[in-house]
Amino acid sequence: MSDTNYNEISKNGLWNNNVALVQLLGLCPLLAVTGTVINGLGLGMATLLTLVLSNAVVSLIRHWVRPEVRVPVFVLIIASVVTAIELSMNAWLYELYTVLGIFIPLIVTNCGILARAEAFASKNSLLPSMLDGLMMGLGFTFVLVTLGAIREILGYGTLFSNAHLMFGDMARNWTWVFVEDYSGFLLAILPPGAFIGMGLIIALKNVIDTHNKKKQTISAAQAVSASEATA
Amino acid sequence: MQFKTASSPHIPQQNSVQGLMFKVLLAMVPGTIAMIVFFGWGVLINIILASVVALSAEALMLWIRKRPIKPYITDGSAILTACLLVLALPQLAPWWLTVIGTLFAIIVAKHLYGGLGFNPFNPAMVGYIVVIISFPKEMTQWVPPLLEGYTQLTFTETLSIIFGGDLPLAYTWDAITMATPLDTVKTQLGLELSINEIENHKEYGGIFGSVGGFGWEWVNGLFLATGCYLAVKGIIDWRIPAGLIAALLVLSNTFALYDYASFTPPTFHLFSGGIMLAAFFIATDPVTAATTTKGRWLYGAGIGVFIFIIRTWGAYPDGIAFAVILMNMAAPLLDYYTMPRAFGHSWTEFPHHHKTDDDDE
Repeated sequence: MSDTNYNEISKNGLWNNNVALVQLLGLCPLLAVTGTVINGLGLGMATLLTLVLSNAVVSLIRHWVRPEVRVPVFVLIIASVVTAIELSMNAWLYELYTVLGIFIPLIVTNCGILARAEAFASKNSLLPSMLDGLMMGLGFTFVLVTLGAIREILGYGTLFSNAHLMFGDMARNWTWVFVEDYSGFLLAILPPGAFIGMGLIIALKNVIDTHNKKKQTISAAQAVSASEATA
Repeated sequence: MQFKTASSPHIPQQNSVQGLMFKVLLAMVPGTIAMIVFFGWGVLINIILASVVALSAEALMLWIRKRPIKPYITDGSAILTACLLVLALPQLAPWWLTVIGTLFAIIVAKHLYGGLGFNPFNPAMVGYIVVIISFPKEMTQWVPPLLEGYTQLTFTETLSIIFGGDLPLAYTWDAITMATPLDTVKTQLGLELSINEIENHKEYGGIFGSVGGFGWEWVNGLFLATGCYLAVKGIIDWRIPAGLIAALLVLSNTFALYDYASFTPPTFHLFSGGIMLAAFFIATDPVTAATTTKGRWLYGAGIGVFIFIIRTWGAYPDGIAFAVILMNMAAPLLDYYTMPRAFGHSWTEFPHHHKTDDDDE
């Protein structure tokens, strides 16, 4: 595994093969908890931690697990990791834990995590696997936070409200209020708002990708013609 | 003298989208005028506002999508969407509510799906659902009909309420707005009054008129008349309104016969709210409706059933928008299962057709 390309792994996790935007996995918690930025960030961090730890364990035991029983083994590992995270959140981030509720234990069922264990960690050594988990987790968190921001601004007219749930009392005045006396755009907070926002983010990603590809082909064509000219 | 000669094929010019849209718009004029007469200037102000917003949004989206602007913008479809949306909104809806509804209808429901002809959902109804879900309070600002004892607002007063959001002195919201007949029935039935007691109530009994609510019966009657004209001319398909009205009639009649004290009579169902507008002008949208003959019957009937269910047991007083959107979703399925057999082919040649007893002849 000496030829592991760490750059490639990072790029895949953050953008090219983003769990939420490209693989479209783990959409249930993504759509359900992204009412505010902080909720999104909280779930994103929990998922990130799960991904790193489960990828690490799966990668370590990959030579001992027979292919016939690999899925139950992976699920057990993920479930243990999530349980540990859930208990720690219960201990140290109790308020955030109550807000996110059932969606913390439900990280077990996030197929994005099992997909990474199956597709990457079970075939790669420890370090690349952990990096893959970290980058995939960051990509997922990025989408959760973006969607949370869109919905919070439209739905409540604020940003970073309830930041103290995550960052303690010093974060109580972090809330940005965009519009005073905002009556609220209920659709953005309700499930349809999550679906519409998610659709728009995916569309935006596709637009950026198409634009980049076009630029690449143009510069490639220019390079070819330039080399032909010199030849 | 030279006679005009025409070469073959001798087929008269087909209806263009533009021609159809303007005929439909023209047919909506009498009913709309009745709404203005009975419910004040708010209708007209909002129609103008929504039309301007709809045309601007349409032009913007066509420009972004690099489509020819002029032919699409003059086809009348954006104005039709704006008018249908406004006729469903309360007359004193604030300007930003109309703008949000219209923008959502044109940009999201129409152009993000590919523009006219590609939208699976009726844009006006999507716009309506967005605002009724998001702004339930503002969506109650209906004005009382032109009746003695109720405040009638002047043009400038209406203008300042819609655009300024503040009330002229001497008025309170309670004095210038009131629940529609459908809403009143829903609330009062919840308080264990019978239909008869509600309709003859001292305070608000007057708004029920003779069949479907004072003013509403005229509006619906005019939409029915012009809608029938469109159907006779073949501009809209008559099966959809027929199916809708028949389903609503059968259901409401059955329930009213079963218990006339707690289910409103069929005449009230047909002539209150936006039924005739929905039956002839909204449900018949050729893009979002089913296209087969049988499918159109089922499509119309489905909308009628859902309207009755939502009106009777749902959380909203009128359920036209939800009913239309639900059946929009079902339209491709209806088309799929009601596709007529092509002449010269047997049913078994269709890949989706499952063998039934009929095939064994």
